[in-house]
Amino acid sequence: METVSFILFSFLGALVMVGSIGTVWSRNPVTSALFLVLNFFALGGIYLLLEAQFIAVVQVIVYAGAIMVLFLFTIMLLNLDDEQALKEKFDLQKGFGILLGGVLLVEVLYILGLKINLPQKSTTLTPVEIGEAKNIGRELITNFLFPFEIVSILLLLAVVGAIVLAKKNFSPNT
Amino acid sequence: MKPLALLVPDALTATAVPVQAENSWVKAFESLEVFGVPVGIFAIPAIPLVFIALYALYVGVYGERKVSAFMQDRIGPNETGKWGLLQTIADILKLIQKEDIVPIAADKPLFVLGPLIIFVGAFAAYAVLPFSSEFIGADLNVGVFYAVSIVSVEAVGILMCGWGSNNKWSLFGAVRSVAQVVSYEIPASIAILVGVMMAGSLSMQKIVMSQSGELGILHYAVFQSPVAWIAMIIYFIAALAECNRAPFDIPEAESELVSGYFTEYGGMKFAMIFLAEYASMFMTSVILSVLFLGGWNSPLPNIGGVALNDWTSGPVWGAFWIILKGFFFVIVMMWVRWTFPRFRVDQLMYLCWKVLTPIALLIFVFAAVWELYVR
Repeated sequence: METVSFILFSFLGALVMVGSIGTVWSRNPVTSALFLVLNFFALGGIYLLLEAQFIAVVQVIVYAGAIMVLFLFTIMLLNLDDEQALKEKFDLQKGFGILLGGVLLVEVLYILGLKINLPQKSTTLTPVEIGEAKNIGRELITNFLFPFEIVSILLLLAVVGAIVLAKKNFSPNT
Repeated sequence: MKPLALLVPDALTATAVPVQAENSWVKAFESLEVFGVPVGIFAIPAIPLVFIALYALYVGVYGERKVSAFMQDRIGPNETGKWGLLQTIADILKLIQKEDIVPIAADKPLFVLGPLIIFVGAFAAYAVLPFSSEFIGADLNVGVFYAVSIVSVEAVGILMCGWGSNNKWSLFGAVRSVAQVVSYEIPASIAILVGVMMAGSLSMQKIVMSQSGELGILHYAVFQSPVAWIAMIIYFIAALAECNRAPFDIPEAESELVSGYFTEYGGMKFAMIFLAEYASMFMTSVILSVLFLGGWNSPLPNIGGVALNDWTSGPVWGAFWIILKGFFFVIVMMWVRWTFPRFRVDQLMYLCWKVLTPIALLIFVFAAVWELYVR
């Protein structure tokens, strides 16, 4: 069983890497977005290897399904065929990207280099049981109630914001 | 022997002895090896695949042609073989022989991959369909949720087809189709949640088991709560939309878009898209029967000494019942297709966001209260 999961992990890991490299490298925005779908999907497979079935399914439905479809939609509707048009506009974003990437790199190096202690297991449940919808739901409603509610308010704000933006130039009589 | 009047309330309050799903056929397959090669692992997915092929040939294509012929006062295919039974075989032979055309202006990788992804998305959901108490591809503890999520991958495939074809009709069809599929996922998921709440599990086999009992049809979830039937109807409507079936077939609307996102496809690629449509029709029908109509449980009740339920339960009977229920809803989908005219795009979105979603949310809350305090 060990070898099977190792083979699966290598395969999925390779897919994740192909996906992320393809996302950055491809010239065509649509191909780029499709590589990102591949990346998310393979990541869902890795969650499945960790026996987190619920998270894996959420990964597929939320990222590979809904969000990426909206991405593709936007790209197709805006007709962003050449990336040249985008190049000059977003210098600030590029700087910000470098900053965030640097922070992430430092974090990864910190964890790898200093080998800091990972938090100890504080539960008696097996990995499969942790991944079950029932246990995740119970934790969300008891121990993590506050963050859970905050996130739901954040999402509600996003929905309201989208409606406000969509209705800004809208009058029913025209 | 009790009088009948006493017998019925007694039996209703008695806790049903749940049938245990052992998945023993799957386990037998898993341990099957020929010369050290684990053949069984490949046989498990092969069984639903063969089933889809046979079902699409006879219930899907042939059945649809006969149903439409009946509804339009025609005869339908009757030349090839007895009653036209060989017609679909002839069609397949024709499709296989066709030249595999890829338009010059098409984005070749996307054009070729698109139909595959659509079919894989529809077929992957068969992994969690309980074909019997002893046969289910994988009894995941998130079964229903998995089925809902893997189907959303189909939308990516549809976009790939539409974009890759480099054709205005195709792109319009794909954009319409994806907008429809993504929107209708919301009422469908809420309706599914109502069923899941009543069973208290996301696992397909556990949902079915929670509806078994000696009174047969009376134990089905649809009769366990005053709003379950509304959830069932909402799921059925949303399923029609997700399969791009009429009256929600605006993605392929022949009179406006030639044939939508698969305008440029011919031969086996077209057959693949077609097969995926029939596969997802049966898949949604089975999910509906599992959630609300007892899955592989027999609908017949035990009446005193006439133990109809016991006589018609068991692994083989289970397969018979669930396939029968699935086919029933597939036929209803065809009936709907040949009865109702097509929606307009704005009517479609109106129905989803202003009718189905609010009703689904209301009955969701009602069902939750009912489950907590009444049942």
